[in-house]
Amino acid sequence: MINPLLLSGDVDFMIKGVFSYNCFGHEVWITTTHVCTFIVMLLLVVFAFVAGKAVKKINDDEAPGTFLNIVEMIIEFLDGVISSTMGKNATKFVNYIMTLFFFIFVSNISGLLGLRPPTADYGVTFPLGVITFCLITYNKFKYQKVSGVIKGLCDPWVFWIPINLIGDFAVPVSLSLRLFANILSGCVMMALYYGLLPIFVKIGIPAVLHIYFDLFSGAIQTYVFCMLTMTYISDAIGNE
Amino acid sequence: MNISGEDFIKGCSAIGAGLAVIAGIGPGVGQGIAAGHAAAAVGRNPGAKSDVTSTMLLGQAVAETTGLYGLLIAMLLLFVKPLV
Repeated sequence: MINPLLLSGDVDFMIKGVFSYNCFGHEVWITTTHVCTFIVMLLLVVFAFVAGKAVKKINDDEAPGTFLNIVEMIIEFLDGVISSTMGKNATKFVNYIMTLFFFIFVSNISGLLGLRPPTADYGVTFPLGVITFCLITYNKFKYQKVSGVIKGLCDPWVFWIPINLIGDFAVPVSLSLRLFANILSGCVMMALYYGLLPIFVKIGIPAVLHIYFDLFSGAIQTYVFCMLTMTYISDAIGNE
Repeated sequence: MNISGEDFIKGCSAIGAGLAVIAGIGPGVGQGIAAGHAAAAVGRNPGAKSDVTSTMLLGQAVAETTGLYGLLIAMLLLFVKPLV
C-alpha cells in the first residue's frame, strides 16, 4: 500500500484523501493537505513556544545562547525588511506579515521532510490571497475614505471603472496562483524525478533538486508573497 | 483503426497541454532581460547590490506569472480533463 502522505514512490503528486467522516450527512474528506498543514502548524507552535521560553529567560548578566541568537537574527532581518518597505506603518502590520512569512516558508520547505507541501493546494493559497485582499480593501476605505476610493476607481475617466474593478479583484487571484503554481511545479518535478528514474540514480542527485525546488524556490516565493502584500497595503494606505 | 471519442479528446488535450507550456518562452526572455540589467546596475554601483537583487527578484517573480498560467492550463488539461 502506498503511504498517502509521502511524495516519493510513484509518479503521483495529487492530493489524496486520508480518511473520511460524516458531517451532518455530508461526506467530508481529511486530505494530505490537512495533515501536512497540521504538521507545519505543530512545528511552528513548538518553535514559538521554545523561542518564547528562551526570550523570557533573558537576563543582562550572561550572553545569549545559540538558539536565542538565531531567533534574534530572524526577527531582526524580517523587521528590517518590513520597516524598509512599509515605513511608519510597519508596526501595525508586522504581526500579519511575519505570520504569513513563517507559515508559507515552512509550508514551502516541508517538501524536505517528505511531505506534500500544503501550499501546492489551491485551497490553502487562495484564502491567504483573500485575507490580503480584505486587508487591502479595509485599509483603502479607512485611509482614503469613500471619496478617495471612488476617485481611484474612475482614475483616468468614469468609463474606466470596470477595468479598475477587474484590476482590483485580480490581485488575490494572481497573488495566490503565483505561489500555488510555483510550488506545484516543484512538487511535480520532484514526483517525476522520483517516479521515473531507476533507483541507482536516486543516490545524491535529489539533494540538488530539493535545494532548488524546495529551498530556493520556496524562499523566493515566500519573499515575493510577503513583499507584494506589503506593497499593496502600503499603496492602499497612500502617503499622507 | 477505431479511436473512440474520449481517446481522441485525451490525445488532443495532451497536444494542447504541450502547446500551453510554450507560454514559458515569454517569462524566460523577460527574466533574462531583468537579470541582465540588474547585473549591469550592480556593475555600475556595487554598493547597491542587495537593493538591486531584491528588486530584481520581485520583478522576475511577477513576470513569471504569465508562464505559470500556461503551466496551470497544461496541468488542468492533463490531470483534471475538463473536456472529457
